[in-house]
Amino acid sequence: MSNLKETFLTPLGLNNPVAVQVLGICSALAVTAQLEPAIVMGLSVTIILALANVVISLLRNTIPNRIRIIVQLVVVATLVTIVSEVLKAFAYDVSVALSVYVGLIITNCILMGRLEAFAMANGPVDSLVDGIGNGLGYAIILVIVAFIRELFGAGTLFGYQVIPDCLYEAGYMNCGLMLMPPMALIILGCIIWAMRAKNPELQEK
Amino acid sequence: MKALRNFLDKVKPNFEEGGKLSAFRSVFDGFETFLFVPNTVSKSGTHIHDTIDSKRVMSFVVIALIPALLFGMYNVGYQNYLVAGTLDQASFMEVFFYGFLAVLPKIIVSYVVGLGIEFTVAQWKHEEIQEGFLVSGMLIPLIVPIECPLWIIAVATAFAVIFAKEIFGGTGYNIFNVALITRAFLFFAYPTKMSGDSVWIAKESIFGLGNDLANGTVDGFTGATALGQVATGSTTTVTDALGNPVGLNDMIVGLMPGSIGETSVIAIMIGAVILLVSGVANWRTMISVFVGGALTAFLFNAIGSETNQVWNLDWMEHLCVGGFCFGAVFMATDPVTSPRTNCGKYIFGFLIGVVAIIIRCMNPGYPEGMMLAILLMNLFAALIDHCFVQRNINKRLSRLNNK
Repeated sequence: MSNLKETFLTPLGLNNPVAVQVLGICSALAVTAQLEPAIVMGLSVTIILALANVVISLLRNTIPNRIRIIVQLVVVATLVTIVSEVLKAFAYDVSVALSVYVGLIITNCILMGRLEAFAMANGPVDSLVDGIGNGLGYAIILVIVAFIRELFGAGTLFGYQVIPDCLYEAGYMNCGLMLMPPMALIILGCIIWAMRAKNPELQEK
Repeated sequence: MKALRNFLDKVKPNFEEGGKLSAFRSVFDGFETFLFVPNTVSKSGTHIHDTIDSKRVMSFVVIALIPALLFGMYNVGYQNYLVAGTLDQASFMEVFFYGFLAVLPKIIVSYVVGLGIEFTVAQWKHEEIQEGFLVSGMLIPLIVPIECPLWIIAVATAFAVIFAKEIFGGTGYNIFNVALITRAFLFFAYPTKMSGDSVWIAKESIFGLGNDLANGTVDGFTGATALGQVATGSTTTVTDALGNPVGLNDMIVGLMPGSIGETSVIAIMIGAVILLVSGVANWRTMISVFVGGALTAFLFNAIGSETNQVWNLDWMEHLCVGGFCFGAVFMATDPVTSPRTNCGKYIFGFLIGVVAIIIRCMNPGYPEGMMLAILLMNLFAALIDHCFVQRNINKRLSRLNNK
C-alpha cells in the first residue's frame, strides 16, 4: 500500500515530470496563457495517461518487443482521438483554444516515457496510479504557470476580472509579455529554481 | 578628499566582522571602492596593475552619457513648451529645469531598484558589490520615452537585473545588455507606453513649470517619432510636433520627439569621443555599426518601395533618427556583451547595423530595430569569438606543421 502511495506522490513532488524531468515543455508553454485551457489540458493528459498505462500494462506480456513503440502509439492515439472528440462535443470553446495541442498529446514525452519506463514493467493497478500521479504532476505545474500568466497578463482568472478597476485607474497595466510564450518559460524556470533551492538532493553535483 | 578618506577610515571598523553595522559591509565596501581606488595588492606571482579597475571604467561611460542626458533634459522641456506654444516666453533655464524635473525621477527609480537588488544579492552571497549597474542605471532612463510611468520602469529594471544579470552570475557574465533587456521587457510588456504617438512628449506641469497638455487645452500636435511618422505615413518627410517639416540638420541637433537620450547626434558624438579617447569603447565596433547600417539603408534606398516609406528614407537620415546612434555608441560597444577578438568586433558591429535597418524596413510591427538588432547579435557574440579564435589556432597549427 505504501508503495502505491509513493508511486502516486513522487510525480507530484520530487519526481515531477515537468519541473524535475523537464518533459512535456512545449505544451506547458503553449496552453498556459489562461487558466481554463490549462486545467482542461492537464485533465486530458491525466485521463489519457492513466488509461494508456492500464491498457499497455495489461498487454505488456503479449506485445512483441520490436514493435512495442508502434503498439503504444496506437493506444495513445486512440485515446487522444476520443478525448479530442469529447472536447469538441462538450467544450467547444476550450478545444478551439487548445487547437492542435490536444492532438499533440500523442507526442508528449511524458506519455511515452511513462509507458516505456513504468507500464511495460508493472501491473495494471500500479500503472493506473502512476498514470494519474504523473498526469496530475503535469497538471499542477500547468495550473501554477497559467494562474500567474492569466492574473498578471490579463488581470482575470477563469475569464473573470479579479484585479479591481480602481487599480487600473491608478495607472496599473496588464503585462503583455505574460501572454507570450517566453514568459511561460521564465515562470517555469522560476518554479524549477524554487524546487531545487528547497530540495538540495535535486541539484546535480 | 583627505577629509573624506579620514571619515571613511573612521567609520570602517563599524562595518567589519563583528562591528555594529556588519550587515551592511558590502554596501560600505561598494561605496568605499567607488570613491577611492582600492589599495589591495596581489600577494603572489607577478602582476602589473594600473588604477583603472572596472569602477573607474564604468565612471567614464557615465561621464560620456552626461551630454546626451543634459541634452535629453533640455529636449523634454523644449518639446513641452513648443507644443504649448509658450517657447518664446520661457527662459532657457525654465525649459531645462522642467526637463530636469521630468527626467530625474526616472534616474532615481532606475538606480534605487537596480542597486537595491545588486546590494541585496551581494550581501546575501557575501560578495563584493558589483559595479555593472552604474552604467545600466544611467542608460535605462535615457532609452525610455518621457511619459513611461515610473512603476513599470521599476518592474522592468528588477526583471532585467534579476533575469538578465544575476542568474547568469552578475556583472561581467551577462550575455545580454541589461539596459536593453529592460527596454525589451517594457516594449513587449507595455507596448502602449513604449511606442505610438502619445508617449514622447511630457504632458504635465511640474511645480508650476512646464505646461499641462493633458486636459485638452492644446490640440493639433503629433507626438510621433521620426521613424513612427515615416513608418505610418505616405512620404519620407518628417515633421516636428507642430507639423513643420524637419531636415537632416534638425535630426543631427536632435530637438525632436524620441526616447530621452537618443535624439541628439551631436550630444551622442561628444560621448563617443570621450569613450574613444579614454579607450573604454572600441572604435572597431562603433565604426562597423555605422558602415553596416549605411550600406543596408543605401541598398533599401536603391531598391525603393511604393508602399513602405521606410525603404525610401535617405540613408543619412536612417543613421540619425531613432536609437541608431545611441545604440551604436553606448550599447553595441558594451565590453561584456560584444566579442573580444578584433575581427569579431567588425563582424558583430556590421551585422548590428545590417539587422537594425532590415528590422526597420521589413517589419510592419515596430518602427525601430536597433534594440532587437543588438540583442540578437549579443546572442552571437560568443559564437563569433569562437570562430575567430579557432581560425587563428588552425592557422598557427598549419604553420607549425608545415615547418
